Amino acid sequence: MNRRGFLGAGLAAGVLGGAAARADERTPPLRGTGSLGLIVERATGSVLVIETMQRISLGRIDGLGDLSHASVVFSPCERYAYVFGRDGGLTKLDLLEMRIERRVVQGGNSIGGAISDDGRLVAVSNYEPGGVKVFDAESLTEVASIPAIGANGRASKTVGLVDLPGRRFVYSLYDAGEIWIADFGESGTPVVTKFLDVGLLPYDGNVTSDARHYLAGLFGEDGFAHLDLWSAKPKIERVLQGYNAGRNKIPVYKMPHLEGWGQTANDLILPAAGQHEALVLDLETMREKKRIPVHGQPIFCVARPDGREVWLNFGHPQNDTVQIIDVPTLEVVHSFAPGPAVLHLEFTPRGHEVWISVRDADRVDVMDVRRRTKVAEIPAQKPSGIFLAARAHRLGS
Amino acid sequence: MRFSAATFAAAALLASIVGAAGQTSRENLVSLVREDCGSCHGLTLKGGLGPSLLPGALANKDAATLGEIILDGVSGTPMPPWRGLLSPEDARWIAENLKEGFPR
Repeated sequence: MNRRGFLGAGLAAGVLGGAAARADERTPPLRGTGSLGLIVERATGSVLVIETMQRISLGRIDGLGDLSHASVVFSPCERYAYVFGRDGGLTKLDLLEMRIERRVVQGGNSIGGAISDDGRLVAVSNYEPGGVKVFDAESLTEVASIPAIGANGRASKTVGLVDLPGRRFVYSLYDAGEIWIADFGESGTPVVTKFLDVGLLPYDGNVTSDARHYLAGLFGEDGFAHLDLWSAKPKIERVLQGYNAGRNKIPVYKMPHLEGWGQTANDLILPAAGQHEALVLDLETMREKKRIPVHGQPIFCVARPDGREVWLNFGHPQNDTVQIIDVPTLEVVHSFAPGPAVLHLEFTPRGHEVWISVRDADRVDVMDVRRRTKVAEIPAQKPSGIFLAARAHRLGS
Repeated sequence: MRFSAATFAAAALLASIVGAAGQTSRENLVSLVREDCGSCHGLTLKGGLGPSLLPGALANKDAATLGEIILDGVSGTPMPPWRGLLSPEDARWIAENLKEGFPR
């Protein structure tokens, strides 16, 4: 079905006769991909290709396997999307032709991935059998497999995998409590630098847009492991340590995520694990600036692209709500309930609108960010992650 | 003001999940296990950050033990206690069905 949308548009636009019209059928009208994106439909193993200026879904691509917790990165040309599925599937999609370009099942159970700064390597982080596999972005042939055997001798799940400048990837070892950097330099053979004893159960990680600060959230202790990657000799430091100290840890029914995080001009706004709070880390001093009480266990704390606001969603059973933190005052200034099970939110590249997936309403809402009003609804089957192609030009995840 | 509306909606949502008798409907339990337990254990329950909940993986644990794990969580791991959100009957029903092969 997928070529047909373009084909139809080509026919409608076709005012030329005979042979020229037939050429039009074969050649879709030229278009860019900067306003395209994907909505993951987790239960049905499909994605919707979306267009953010018209606020429409252009079509559905099926056959991507188990997409629970799926995430997506984009090629530098913004034409191809790489979808990381829970079944270990790595699928390369062509956004223009709306079809699967290539698909490999590279592991038993994967969690996410990253694309190198030169767009040549796609790295996948795996739960089963653990470790990281790296593929040629063009052909999806395997370039390297890096098992994640920690100092404790056990194979580890890998999480928080993001790209760093210079064909490097950084990620955390969940079971081993380590952070590794794989440097592909000029070759396909990675040089791995390991940081040990970063803390118990790092559950996710991300890097600031200047590629300076990598943080891994720790589930086994309350705090974050921090690496200053601009330092000549980076070393692990704990930050925001002990935010649960002396307080009841509230049960966490869904792990917080650091993907698409709350980076503002001076601060990082991060989800606490076990408190209904967002934690503000001062990036100058790397000290806690404030704890902001919020509606529930934060899952995503996503900065508006200009960094003026941070929008949050929450874990079960408070997951019908979105809150907005005003960055200058570090206060919650607005709360609203889009509907049952708000799973993800994604801003348009310059932040004039935001797309919000409301899983149990089978719907994605598009909101005007300044007016905070809904401007469109897109029907989707159990939508989870929303990923816009402009991510292609963003460091980290 | 919008916040109180949100809070009300959350309360209404919870009320709709947990029935009057404190026991959750079977349909809601299936959805809860697939969607919410599934956020760690996978939509197909074959495991993710949390271990597999497929029958083969649970063969050496009886339903009573599994029910207690659901209610009380596992300390030192991210498995939270669901007591307060689920009744003992709900937990036992989930445990028994996980062992059988969980309904879709």
